[in-house]
Amino acid sequence: MNGGLPDPVQTFRAEAADLFEQLESTLLDIEGNPGDRDLIDTAFRALHTIKGSGAMFGFEAAAAFTHHVENAFDMVRKGSLAVSPQLVEIALRAKDHIRDLIDAPETADGMTGDIILKDLALLVGGTPAGGHSQPIPTPKPEIKRTTFRLHIVFAQNAMMTGSNPLRLLDELRELGECSMVPVADAIPPLEEIDPFGCYMAWDCVLTTEKPRSAIDDVFIFVLDDMELTVEEVEVTPKLLGEILVERGAVSQEVLQTALEGQEKLGNILVKEGVLSNDKLRAALAEQGHLKTEQDRAAKEGTAIRVQAEKLDELMDQVGELVIAQARLRQLADKSNDITLKSIVEEIERLSGHLRDVSMGIRMVPIGTLFSKFRRLVRDLSNELGKQVQLSWSGEETEIDKTVIERLHDPLVHLIRNSVDHGVERGDEREAAGKPREGRVHLSAVHSGAQVLISIKDDGKGLDRARIRAKAEETGLVTPDQELSDNELFNLIFHPGFSTAQKITNVSGRGVGMDVVKRMIDGLRGTIDIASTPGEGAVFTLRLPLTLAIIDGLLVRVAGERYVIPLSAVEECIELSSEDDARSTGRDFLNIRGDLVPFIRLRNLFDLSGPAALYPKVVVVSAGEFRFGVVVDQLLGGHQTVIKSLSKLHADIPTFSGATILGDGGVALILDVPRLLDFSQSREEQLKAS
Amino acid sequence: MEAIKIVTLGLREEVFAVDANVVREILDLVPVTAVPNADPFVSGLINVRGRVVPLADLHVRFGMETPPPSIDTRIVVVDVELDGEPTTVGILADKVYEVTEVTTRSVQDTPKLGMRWRPEFIQGIGKRGDDFMAIIDLSGLLNYSGPLDEPGSAADGRSAR
Repeated sequence: MNGGLPDPVQTFRAEAADLFEQLESTLLDIEGNPGDRDLIDTAFRALHTIKGSGAMFGFEAAAAFTHHVENAFDMVRKGSLAVSPQLVEIALRAKDHIRDLIDAPETADGMTGDIILKDLALLVGGTPAGGHSQPIPTPKPEIKRTTFRLHIVFAQNAMMTGSNPLRLLDELRELGECSMVPVADAIPPLEEIDPFGCYMAWDCVLTTEKPRSAIDDVFIFVLDDMELTVEEVEVTPKLLGEILVERGAVSQEVLQTALEGQEKLGNILVKEGVLSNDKLRAALAEQGHLKTEQDRAAKEGTAIRVQAEKLDELMDQVGELVIAQARLRQLADKSNDITLKSIVEEIERLSGHLRDVSMGIRMVPIGTLFSKFRRLVRDLSNELGKQVQLSWSGEETEIDKTVIERLHDPLVHLIRNSVDHGVERGDEREAAGKPREGRVHLSAVHSGAQVLISIKDDGKGLDRARIRAKAEETGLVTPDQELSDNELFNLIFHPGFSTAQKITNVSGRGVGMDVVKRMIDGLRGTIDIASTPGEGAVFTLRLPLTLAIIDGLLVRVAGERYVIPLSAVEECIELSSEDDARSTGRDFLNIRGDLVPFIRLRNLFDLSGPAALYPKVVVVSAGEFRFGVVVDQLLGGHQTVIKSLSKLHADIPTFSGATILGDGGVALILDVPRLLDFSQSREEQLKAS
Repeated sequence: MEAIKIVTLGLREEVFAVDANVVREILDLVPVTAVPNADPFVSGLINVRGRVVPLADLHVRFGMETPPPSIDTRIVVVDVELDGEPTTVGILADKVYEVTEVTTRSVQDTPKLGMRWRPEFIQGIGKRGDDFMAIIDLSGLLNYSGPLDEPGSAADGRSAR
C-alpha cells in the first residue's frame, strides 16, 4: 500500500515525461509546418518549464543543457534563427538526451550532449536568419492589430507561491490598449476569507500588435495553475444581443425575451442618467462572458494526477467487493427476509456501478499511444530512405491502461514491419503508379466489449508465393497442403519465420512477428491479416477492453461450472432431442436457416458427471465465426473478476483465467476463440487416428 | 550441517518434509475445481482466501497412486518461484504431522545408495533422532518437465533397494 506523499522527484519525472511527449509531437508538427509560430512557442514553453523545474529538483546538468536548446528556440521566436529540418533533428536528439539526463542522470552519456550542443552551435552560429542549406524562412509576422477578449483567473494560492497578479496585469497592459474589468464575484463572505488568497478575476479586452503568444508569455510561470481564456474578437461594433449570441451565452429566443426586460431596465437607468449606454453594454457583455465561463468549467471539470498503482489497487478492491457481493447474494437467495433481499439488491446495484466507474477511470484514449509512433515512423523512414506518412483515426477510443501499456511493443513491431516490408521505395512506388510517399494508417474502433486496432499500409501486400516457399523450405507445410489465405498469412507468426531476402537493421531476422503474436495472446487478443497484392496489407488486432472484470454467463456441464464471456454470447437455445440424437456424427444446428456447428464441452473436456435431460446450446462468436457450445444448464449472469492462471497451467489454451463464485467455488473462464481452435485440432487428431 | 524448520507430511506410507519458511498455511481439504486436459500433477484449482491457486498432487511426481481423500487429507499452501515468478501453490498431503527443527545434509553429501527419489525433487536429507527424511525441493519439483515414473513403481522399491 502506498500512502503518504509521493516522492517529489518522481512527480517531477512523471510531469517531465508528459512534457517530453508534448515537445516531441510539437517538434514533429513544426517539421511539417515550419511557419507556425504557435507551435514554436509551445516548444519553447515546454523547454522553458523543463529547464526551470529541472533546476528546482536538482537536475542541474539537464537544466544547463536545456538552456542551450531553449535559447535556440528563443532565437527562432525572435526571428533571428530560421526553422530548418536540421534544427528539428537536433532538437529531437536533444529531447532524448534531456530525458536521459532526467530519468537516469548517473548513466547519461555526456558525449552525446556535447555532440548535440556542437551541432546546435554550428546551426545557430552558421545561419543568421536565412543562411545556407535552404532553411525554411519563418514568415515575418505582419503587423496587424488584433483584439482579444481575455478572462483571467489566478489560482487561489497564486500569491502564496510568490507571483504578483497585479504586476502580471501591468505587464499585460503594456502589450497594447487594454480595458480591464475586475470581477469580484468569487470573493467569499468575510468570515470565510483567506487573507492570503487571491479571489479576484479580471475580464479584459486587449487590442495589440503582438501575436497571441505574447499573452501566454506574460503568464508563462503561472499558466499551468491559472485559468486563462483568450479569444480573438472582431472589432466591428456590434449590438449587445449579437455579442451575447456570439458568445453562446444565450440562444436567439432567450435573447429576445431577456433583451426586452434588460432594455427596460437599461433604458430607465440611462434615462435617469445613472448609467451610460457603454457601461450597460460592458456589464451585460460581462454577464454573458461569465456565464460561458461557468458553463465551460462545469463541462470540463478538472483533472488530477493519480499514481497508476493506486488505480490497480482500487481495481483489486472492487474485484474483492464484487466477489463478496456475490456471496451475499447467494445467502440472500436462500433467505426469506425481504429486508435483507432489498439491501442485497441495493448493494448489487451500487457495486455494479462502482465497478463501471472504476473501470472507466482506468480507460485511457489510445491517441496517447498513437502519437508516440510518429517519431518511430519518421526515424525509420529516414533510416530506410523511404517516404512514409503516418496517420491515424479513432484516437479517442478508450482502452484499459494496462492493455495500452502492453500494446506498445507489439505495435512497434507491426509498424516497423509495415514500413520495412510493406511500403516500397519511392521509385518502386512510382513505377507501380502510386504516389512516392507511402502511407501507414493506424485506427482504433470499439466493437462490443472488444476494441479493434488496425495497422494498414498501402505497400505491396504480403507475398503469398514467398511465404509459401519459405514455409515449405522450413517444413512448416508440405508442398501439396491446401492453405487458406488466413492460414497462409498466419505462418508469419511462426518463430524464426522471415521472408525478407535481405536482413536489415530494422527487421528481417524472424524475431518480431512471433513475439507480437505472443504478446497479443498474452492480452487475450487475436490478430487477423488481410492483404491485397499491390495495394497493401492490414493487420487487425482484436483486444478485450479490460483485463480485470467482465460480464459472464455461468453455465454448468457435468457438475462443473464454467463462465462464458457475455461479449461472445449471441443467444441461448435448447438442444432438441432430435438434434441431439441425429447430430452425433454431424454436429450442426439449424438456426433460422443458418447452419451452425456446435461442440460438446462434455466430450471436449472428458467430463463424466451426470448428463442433463434438456441440454442447452450457447451460440457464441469468435471473430466472424459462429458456433454453439452445448452445456447442461444455464445458471445466469455473473460479474466475473478475472484471476489469471499460474504458470503451471500455461499450457492449457482453452481458458483465459478463473474466477471465484458466490459460494467460494472456482470456475474456469472459457476463451472462446481458442476453444474453437482446440476443438478443431482435437477433431483433426481424431480423424488422423 | 545446519538446522532448519520443516513441516513433515505424509504421502502414502512415506514421510517427507518441506521447508517451513515457504509454507503459508495448512488447510483442510476444500472443493477442488478440475482443469480439463491439464497435467494430472496439477489438475485442480482451489480458492485460498479469495485467490485462485493451483493444486499440485505430489503423488503423481513420486510415482505413487493417489489415495482417496480421508479425514487426514490436508492442503499445504506454499509460496514458490515458478520461472522466476512468485506463485502460490497448494500441495495435497495425505497427512500433515508437525512443524519441527532438523539438521540437514545437502543431497550431494548423501550417499546415492539410500535415494529412492529423483534427485531433482529432493533438496536434502533431514535427520531427526535416528530417522531420516527427504526434504522436497518444491521449485525443482514444480518446474520439472521430464519423464515420470509409472504409478506403482515406487511401491516396488525402485533403484538401489
